[in-house]
Amino acid sequence: MTGPLPATLQLCVRRRRVPNAAGATVQVSLRVPSEVGCIEEVVDLLMRHCCTAHWVSRRGRFNFRVALAEALANAIVAGNQEDRSKWVEVQAECCGERIQIEVTDQGPGFDPATIEAPLLPEDLDRPNGRGLFLIRHLVDDVSFNALGNSICMTLRRH
Amino acid sequence: MAFTASKDAKGVYLIRVEGQLIVGNRQELKTAVQEALDHGERKFVIDFSRTGYIDSSGLGALVSISKKVREQGGDLRLAGLNEDLRSLFELTKLDTLFAISDTVERALGGFTG
Repeated sequence: MTGPLPATLQLCVRRRRVPNAAGATVQVSLRVPSEVGCIEEVVDLLMRHCCTAHWVSRRGRFNFRVALAEALANAIVAGNQEDRSKWVEVQAECCGERIQIEVTDQGPGFDPATIEAPLLPEDLDRPNGRGLFLIRHLVDDVSFNALGNSICMTLRRH
Repeated sequence: MAFTASKDAKGVYLIRVEGQLIVGNRQELKTAVQEALDHGERKFVIDFSRTGYIDSSGLGALVSISKKVREQGGDLRLAGLNEDLRSLFELTKLDTLFAISDTVERALGGFTG
């Protein structure tokens, strides 16, 4: 029988102790269907498991929430083209000093250097192109794999 | 996201956004404004005081809505953006494109007639 895949999230939360550290490192893995309707739920889940540290400020939580929503939207829409036979893998690791989330799609990848945000007054009417710009400004570090289908975002304790 | 729409005595069409405005639901807002434009509405306030976050698609939807409203000779104002939400408009310089008011009351008061 063929048909649309059910919109299920596969969640695996693993906590492990780091030697000589006061807290624990939390690892979270998610396998997300290529449906934009899942994004809000995934963001909420990850924030609940990863952004519990006292050092993450209100603005830090907000920024990470938006950056994560952007990365998921890019992976689902631009990467996987909303193809429901493809998935987005999310790996998060949270420890006392940083929160790092990697979002990987099954698309062909892209060159992040080619994306320019519409910031000039004459370009402000453009509806697209702000996603990557926002991510870069909302988190402390952003990197991509060589193929360009995986983004890694880091929020650091300051 | 859900939203409620109402019209005040001055004929301003007020849309209150409840929840996030993101890629998965931006079309609902665009459709709502388009339908109101089709029904002759020209003065709009969108209230974000119950919105947690907006992504770039949500910002893009607002850009498109603003353009359509202007093309029809109308006026759009945004209201109720908290400090975090406002920072997104400042980062993307969209604070220069939109008329932004602290509160719905001030946004409504900005319309004449």
